[in-house]
Parts: sequence; C-alpha cells; structure tokens
Amino acid sequence: MVDIPFDTIAGIPPAEVGEVELYHPKSWWTRYVFSQDAKVIAIQYSITAMAIGMVALVLSWLMRLQLGFPGTFSFIDPNQYLQFITMHGMIMVIYLLTALFLGGFGNYLIPLMVGARDMVFPYVNMLSYWVYLLAVVVLASTFFVPGGPTGAGWTLYPPQAILSGTPGQDWGIIFMLTSLILFIIGFTMGGLNYVVTVLQARTRGMTLMRLPLTVWGIFTATVMALLAFPALFVASVMLLLDRLLGTSFFMPTLVEMGQLTKYGGGSPILFQHLFWFFGHPEVYIVALPAFGIISDLISVHARKNIFGYRMMVWAIVAIGALSFVVWAHHMYVSGMHPYFGFFFATTTLIIAIPTAIKVYNWVLTLWRGDIHLTVPMLFALAFIITFVNGGLTGLFLGNVVVDVPLSDTMFVVAHFHMVMGIAPIMAVFGGIYHWYPKVTGRMLNEALGRFHFWVSFLGAYAVFFPMHYLGLLGMPRRYHDIGETAFVPASAHDLNAFMSVAALIVGFAQLVFLFNLIWSLFKGREAGGNPWGAASLEWQTPQTPPGHGNWGKELPLVYRWAYDYSVPGATRDFVPQNEPPAGSLAQGAQP
Amino acid sequence: MSAIILFMAGIAAIAGWWLSQQRLAAKPWLEQGVITDWREENPSSLPPAKIGLGVFLAVVGSLFALFISAYSMRMSMVDWRALPVPRLLWFNTGVLVTSSIALQWAHVAARRNDMDGVIVGLCAGGASAVTFLVGQLLAWQQLSVAGYFVASNPANSFFYLITAMHGLHLMGGLVALGRTTAKAWRGADMTRMRLSVELCAIYWHFLLLVWLVLLGLLTGWTDDFVDICRQLLT
Repeated sequence: MVDIPFDTIAGIPPAEVGEVELYHPKSWWTRYVFSQDAKVIAIQYSITAMAIGMVALVLSWLMRLQLGFPGTFSFIDPNQYLQFITMHGMIMVIYLLTALFLGGFGNYLIPLMVGARDMVFPYVNMLSYWVYLLAVVVLASTFFVPGGPTGAGWTLYPPQAILSGTPGQDWGIIFMLTSLILFIIGFTMGGLNYVVTVLQARTRGMTLMRLPLTVWGIFTATVMALLAFPALFVASVMLLLDRLLGTSFFMPTLVEMGQLTKYGGGSPILFQHLFWFFGHPEVYIVALPAFGIISDLISVHARKNIFGYRMMVWAIVAIGALSFVVWAHHMYVSGMHPYFGFFFATTTLIIAIPTAIKVYNWVLTLWRGDIHLTVPMLFALAFIITFVNGGLTGLFLGNVVVDVPLSDTMFVVAHFHMVMGIAPIMAVFGGIYHWYPKVTGRMLNEALGRFHFWVSFLGAYAVFFPMHYLGLLGMPRRYHDIGETAFVPASAHDLNAFMSVAALIVGFAQLVFLFNLIWSLFKGREAGGNPWGAASLEWQTPQTPPGHGNWGKELPLVYRWAYDYSVPGATRDFVPQNEPPAGSLAQGAQP
Repeated sequence: MSAIILFMAGIAAIAGWWLSQQRLAAKPWLEQGVITDWREENPSSLPPAKIGLGVFLAVVGSLFALFISAYSMRMSMVDWRALPVPRLLWFNTGVLVTSSIALQWAHVAARRNDMDGVIVGLCAGGASAVTFLVGQLLAWQQLSVAGYFVASNPANSFFYLITAMHGLHLMGGLVALGRTTAKAWRGADMTRMRLSVELCAIYWHFLLLVWLVLLGLLTGWTDDFVDICRQLLT
C-alpha cells in the first residue's frame, strides 16, 4: 500500500481506512455455505444460475427437436411443448441472466471494483442468495407436480394462464407465481446491497466518474430492477389471487368448457400493462451489465482507454430512464389507442440513440487499438456484432405498422434471442473468461475456450439468423407442429431441421465450457494477480483470489480512472487505478 | 398507469438532482490524484443503513404506486361496486398516527440520551401498531360478516389485498422494532440505538403516509383525482 501524498490532497484528513467491522466466519459452514462474504455468495449465485440454466438449455433442445423433426419424437406432445417454451423463457430471462449478472457478477465485482471490503449489509446479502435458491427450487419442483409446469408462455398472460385448457393449470402456475414472488423478495435484498455499496462504500478517490463501466452498468440495472420488479410482484400476487381465491382482477367473464366461469369483468390488458412495465426494463436490466462488461473487456484487451467515457455513463443513465416509458410497445397487437402506439413507437426509437452512441464508442475504442484476440475479446466482439444485429431488428419491431404483421412470428423469436439471448450470453462468457483468473487464480484453457467461442458464435448464428427469414415467411411462433400450410414452402422445413442440428451442436459446446471451468480449476495455468494487465482495482488485490476483506490492512486509494492504457511515457502499458501520479513518486511517497 | 408514472417521475427527479451533484461532466481521463467527492464534502453524510432504508422505501413506494395504478384502472370497469368503508378504519388510522407519534417521541428521547424515554416510546409505538393490525383484522371480519367477500367484487378484492399488503409491511417493521426494543432493553450503546430508533421512526412515518393515501383511495375521497389522472392518459 502507498502512503498518502498529503500535498496533493491538502486540507483533507488522512483516509479513514482500517477499522471496518468485518464479519468473520468461524466454521466451515459459515465460510463456504452460509457465508456472508460477497465473493462466496457470487459463486453460489453463479453456480445455481448455471445449473438451472442447463435445464433451460435442455428444454431448448427438446423444442428444437420437435420443430426440426415434427412427428419424429412422439414423447413431445403439444402440452409439453408449451411447457418447454414457458420454462425455457422464464428460466433464461429471470433465473439465469438476471441472477447471473446482478447476483453473480454484481456480488463479485462491485466490492472489488469500488475498493470496498464487502457489501454493506452482508447478512441481508446472504439471505438474498438463500431466498433465490428457494425460488429456483420451487421453480424446478414444478416439473414434478401433478400436471407439470405451466405452459402459459413466459409472459403468463391471463386469462389463458389460469384456465383449464392450459397445461400446468393445477399446480404449475401456482408454483411459478410463488417462485417469482420469492425471486423478487430475494432480489430486493441483494439489490439494496449493490446500490448502497456503490453509493457509500467506494474507497477514497473513487468518484462516480472513476467507476469502471461494469459498475455503472450493474448499478443502473440494479436501480431499474428494484423499481421494475415490484410490477411483476403486483401482477403475480393478483394473478395468484385470481387463481386461488377466484377474484377477478384480470379475468373477464368467459365460458370455459361450455360452462360460465366464476370470473367476471376483469381486465387482461391490466396484466399486460403491469407485466411489461416490468418486462421492458428487464431487457435493459440484462443488457446494461452486459454493456458495462463489454466496455471493460474491449478496453483491456485492445490496450486502449475507453472512447467517450462520459458519453458512455450518460448513455447508461439515459437508457435506464427511457426504458421505463416504452413498455407498451410489447402490446401493439393487444389493441390500443393509435396515439398511444405512436407515443410508444417514438420513445422506443429514441432509445436507439444512446444505444448507438455506445456501439460507436466501442468501435472507436477498437479503432487503432492494440487488439489482442484473446477469448474474452472474441466474445466481446461477438457481443457487439450480435447486439447490433438484434438492435436493428428491434427498430423494425418498434414501429407499429411493421410490428403488426411480424408479431407472433419467428421473426420476434429471432429478434429477442439475438438481442437478449445471444448478446448477453456472449457478455457472460466474455466476463467469465476474463475474471475467472481473479476468482480462482488459474487461467481457463485457451484452446478449449476458442473452440467454445467459435462453435457457440457461429452455431448461434446458424440457429437464429435463418429464423428471421422464417418469420418473414409468416411462420408462427409457439406452434407445436406447423403441419401443411400454403405459405410455408418445403425448404423452410429443411431450414428448420438445419437450425435444430445447429442448436444441438451449440448446446454440446456448452458442455465443453463446463468441463473447462472444472478442469482449469485444478489444472489451469497459474494466472498471477493481473494476467491481462488491467488497470481497474479488482486486479490490484494483494492476494489472488482475493482474501477475506479483499484488501490488506488498508483500503486502496484511487488516483485515476480505470482506463489508463498505453499512456505515453508510462513505464508499463497500463497504470493501475491505485498508482499515485508521477509527481508524488518523485517526492518519495511511494515505497 | 398514471400513478406509477408520477411516482417514477418523482424518483427520476430525486435521482437527477443527486446525479447533478456528482460532477458527471468531469473529465476523468485528465484528472489524477485523490480527488474528493460529494460524500467527503458533506461531512454529515448519511450512514449506509439510512440510505439502504431510503432505497427500500423507494421500492415499497413503487409497489404501492403500482397497486394504486391497478386499482384506478380496474375501478373504471363496469362491474365495480364500491364497498362501504367500515368506520373502524378511522379508529385504526388514529391508532397508527399514535404509533408514529410514539416512535417520533422515542427518536427525540434517543437524541436526548434518555434511555427510559426510548423504551417507553418504542413499546408504545409497537403496542399501538399491533392494535392497528388487530383493528384491520376486525375490519375484515366486519366486512365479511356484512357479506363483502374477497371474491364477490373487485372493489372488495382490492380492499383486502391492499390492506393486507400494508399490514404485511407493518409486520416486517414490527420485527425490526422488536429487535430494536430488545437492544434498548439490554442497554445497548446509545449512539447505535439512536440510528436504529430513527430508522424505525422513518419507516413508520412512511407507512403512515402510505396508509393515508390508501385510505383516501379506498374511501373514494380521491376519486376525482384518479379521474383527472386517468384523463391525462386517454
């Protein structure tokens, strides 16, 4: 640690570091299981999320088998197909991506990147994980209840979500809603931690404008999630009451199996408003941490400072704010006032501006950079390409007149898998390859990593790129078997078969990744403290993996932003955030 | 959705004001050395627990704003039959006000280092909060005796749902209050007590505010206002 050069910070008392009340684990159980250390919680979150994500991956295989080779797999009946769709979507969006970005990356990186010892409320943080685990267990248990999981689609739209024609009407939907409510409660506990830690526990010198963009992304996404998840909570509670107590919040008067139901007068549109008031911010809850991670990966692996840091921060904040006023663009075909449609189309397209700024800045960061095509960098580049791709089709779907014919076709599926499936997963993989050495002290295997990257990237494109074309043909989504239709040519079925084979291959490549994660834990190359030569604080910890309390006796002091790469005149091609300026070196303040 | 939009606009205003204090126009690539930020320039900066509570109140506020949004959208449907509000609610409101006053008393006593006053305030606040909850249950019972069941009309469903949500939040508060009281009983350090008591008082005042808004909504006092909001969006 360095001494504080008092002259550069005249008038300010020495840093108040040291005396921080740290929680000290006393046994194996409290160290590794009921741990209050954010790093352990992050790993617990990540493993749980990846485990349930594997379930969702298998579900996607089953769906693709059915779509690619209809009639061949007799064990997949239409009800099951709907259940697979529902569970795949719900798991991937909420239980995998949200939990992994905020619970996993957020927990691990926030305290390290802002120079804190831990989250500010460690006990609440631990509770957050256990409630999340309970939510996952409740969700997974729906596979084993009578009637199986709900098949209402991941949007759970009433009235069909709780009517008897929908699979999982008995128990599946109840468990699903309960699980969502638990997830939201658990997330709120974690989210309070992430926000307050960024606000209050930053080390000295770490102003907001010196935070790495990863922290900005996770921070803004957490604030959004805290404000948006209550909408899902309200919708879930009310739908649960409709199902259990027979209230009519959402349920209109309708006839079911020839009988008038007990419901009457409710508004399904009300549910849609509530759901999408959460659902649209959710897209950016997943995208903003990815934006942040990608910004850091690009800067480190191109050995160049991030282009337009201020603009990047402003764009993150602007996207966060705007994403709350676009929700009804998911409801163009639900019937709405044309002025509403116009309003929401306009706000939707306005989001393209800050998003485009970010893409320009990534590209300009790469421009004339010293690009190292490491595995994290490959994933980062793939993210940019995929995100631009998915973003452009977003412009199509954001316009009412274009959306109406494309709605409920495979085009929508292709769009949101590009923008919200492939792109964030690329960021997740990039982030894991990048920070794995910090978490474990060992590098992931490079050759396996490259194999994983190329198969995943090219394979994902083989799956989802042709899907746009199927959508334009008019092939509907959510159909178990499209059968003989006049507008779908035979070649489309061949294309479907090709996509299914590609999906299987991509899925198997993920097993290589899992193998790599485990194998490298024991056999990987020793990484040292800072294998990528990165400037941000998490790479400057005294130990790797960081010890309990993250920093030694004293918290680090921050003298600069996180992107000092290839600085002219510097001895190395990066300057760590906690390295004092050259002036104070001359005074001998540096040990 | 106008209630939640208004609420979000309020949050956005607070966030915007706060961001405007954070030198977001700084050029970090030109600045070196330890620079101070807002936290250090404001020595009276808030403890983390208080900020955490503030963020939590924003979450709870957005939850209730969404319930109010749903309420105002659903009440414009034709099958809505407003239910007579039990007069017991006025008594309950009075009790909740008492509870808030008692906790404020405890907060003032904590600042004066008066441990006995703190304990009296906390116990009185807790007891009246429990009385409020019992009163709410009695109000439920009166309604169901009078034939207003939870599923018989959306107005009833909302009444039960919203009062239950508010009651659950108060019960959560009672857990914190109980722990604080236990600490006070054991004679904890006054500086730490002061913060705990203050957090309880803030939470209680917030829940009182939420209750008053909900009461206005449930009794139909705010119908005109709800109408105006609805017209804003149509």
